[in-house]
Amino acid sequence: MEEINALFHGFSVALTPFNLLLMFIGVTLGVLIGVLPGLGGANGIAILLPLTFTMPPTSAVIMLSCIYWGALFGGAITSILFNIPGEPWSVATTFDGYPMAQQGKAGEALTTAFTSSFVGAFFAIVMITFLAPLVAKFALQFGPPEFFAVFFLTFCSFIGMGKEPPFKILVAMMLGFALAAVGIDTVTGQLRLIFGWHELMRGFDFLIAVIGLFGIGEILLSMEEGLSFSGRTAKINTRIVIETWKKLPKYWMTSLRSCIIGCWMGITPGGATPASFMSYGIAKRMSPDGAKFGTGMAEGVIAPETAAHAAGTAALLPMLSLGIPGSPTAAVLLGGLLIWGLQPGPLLFVEQKDFVWGLIASMYLGNIAGLIIVLTCVPLFAAILRVPFSIIAPVIVVICAIGAYTVHNAMLDIWLMLLFGVMGYAFKKLSYPLAPLVLALVLGDQAEGAFRQAMLMSQGDMRIFFSNWLVGSIMGLGLLMLVWPVMGKLMTQLRKSAA
Amino acid sequence: MTEKQGSDEGASAGVSMRSAEVVVALFMLALGALVIFDSVRLGWGWGAEGPEAGYFPFYIGAMICVGSLVTLFQVLLGSQSKGHKVFVEWSALRLVLQVLLPAAVYVLGIQLIGIYVASAAYIAVFMVWLGKYGWTRGIIVGVGVSAVTFAMFEIWFQVPLFKGEFNPLSLIGY
Repeated sequence: MEEINALFHGFSVALTPFNLLLMFIGVTLGVLIGVLPGLGGANGIAILLPLTFTMPPTSAVIMLSCIYWGALFGGAITSILFNIPGEPWSVATTFDGYPMAQQGKAGEALTTAFTSSFVGAFFAIVMITFLAPLVAKFALQFGPPEFFAVFFLTFCSFIGMGKEPPFKILVAMMLGFALAAVGIDTVTGQLRLIFGWHELMRGFDFLIAVIGLFGIGEILLSMEEGLSFSGRTAKINTRIVIETWKKLPKYWMTSLRSCIIGCWMGITPGGATPASFMSYGIAKRMSPDGAKFGTGMAEGVIAPETAAHAAGTAALLPMLSLGIPGSPTAAVLLGGLLIWGLQPGPLLFVEQKDFVWGLIASMYLGNIAGLIIVLTCVPLFAAILRVPFSIIAPVIVVICAIGAYTVHNAMLDIWLMLLFGVMGYAFKKLSYPLAPLVLALVLGDQAEGAFRQAMLMSQGDMRIFFSNWLVGSIMGLGLLMLVWPVMGKLMTQLRKSAA
Repeated sequence: MTEKQGSDEGASAGVSMRSAEVVVALFMLALGALVIFDSVRLGWGWGAEGPEAGYFPFYIGAMICVGSLVTLFQVLLGSQSKGHKVFVEWSALRLVLQVLLPAAVYVLGIQLIGIYVASAAYIAVFMVWLGKYGWTRGIIVGVGVSAVTFAMFEIWFQVPLFKGEFNPLSLIGY
């Protein structure tokens, strides 16, 4: 009950006219970002972050999180109408969404996608409402070894759950840690890894990395495909929406399953993209119409969209309650919180009640605002996609450059952005994952801090990570995650040899 | 990392996946070695007040090296990316460079003449060159975008952006 009271208090914080206005602006910007190639949730928010520094933190985070919801919704529009996934997590939506649009059922497909997204997000928000305070309360008793164990678990699950080759995940992740170590070491004050280049003293800001890796990298990738948008037109009117809504309840089982997959993948940092693929795959296997998947089945849109949204939203749970983001976008939001002087983690729930509950309440409201906006404005957003790429591409490069500059008002950052862009392009093509790189870059200093404090406590004895049941079980879970793919392979081999 | 163009082996259609893999793995290996090198310089053991500054990065560097070595062996022994998969076809690479090189020139332009003027020029040139638009249209869009940005940052948000080492906007008082 305590949570319900806190939530209603949160609504009173979030429901000011100014915040509502920001919500609508945020969602609209978010959908725009989701629709445009090269701009996504993570780098879109990174670019807009400096503009919110003057706002009160609650309003700022409401706007930024609404951009995130908008981006999650927006990805579906391009997938269904243009067969171009606007965001990685909407790749699976193209499988059945685009065929539906080809059959003239674009409106139905979009309504299905938006509604599923909403359901997935809503499920995850309810979970956050009740679970986050518990996790935070539990985490209050964490010391440095426990925190390091949670970091360890986070990064191990990347390796275990990722679909990229495990050693490439390791390399990408460790590159993130190495980049995070550049600059002044906060404990000893020594300069690390700058090789006499004093401009690097500030270290690599992950916002620059995000803007380059996801923004410029994406533009280079889309350019390669020689983008020619040839989309379907979509008509959405009240009749189509209501007709579609009438059909949706019979897929409740797929929805529920996708919600659970999404929440799980969002909390353990699998992220929205694997969640959407996994959910699609399972739905295909479980559905009686499984064989017809890929030809334009509504269920094939429901599954990935619900899971992606649930995962995207659930990624905020560990961000708020432990200070460990579950996705790059959550990491950018975390960066914002740090800049506003709010330290995410268990204490946030004790010290900044207004902020936390205002944010959680705004998640409910923001998703409702999002659903309304996408259902009413699809033709508008689709029209933006018809602006030729040769205009959009340079404009996005300009936006990225400005975004990179405003982070620290440093010219060097624009060059670094370009460098990260090339790296993002090469990494994407060679399936080195970007998400663990970004997360390691964000969490590197904290993870190192926790590790060193734990080492100080134990005088360098690694056994401290198994010294009590709590830290031991988290570490154990991490190790289990690490060997998960090996075990999976062994199991299939055993089954093969048994058969 | 554009050096990959030079290292194709027989893949006539473009840069082969294999050579791209090798180049990136070697690059990461070198990076890992660099991290280890500096960590050793800083001290990677146990100092008077606990772990030294290079303690954590040393293992990070080591793991980068291990990861890239394994990747390198996997590629060379052919357990991954079998056959003649293409990393990027020449025609596609040309398109990519058509975006990348102007972008690099654009960043250099920012350094010299500032964000606003460089952006206007970049958008206009991009549209005319790659989009085959007329100069009038290109200039209208380029100057338009720059003007909107200018209004937004300098006037509305009061966040001054970089105006370059030779600030052309000083002529109009900015």
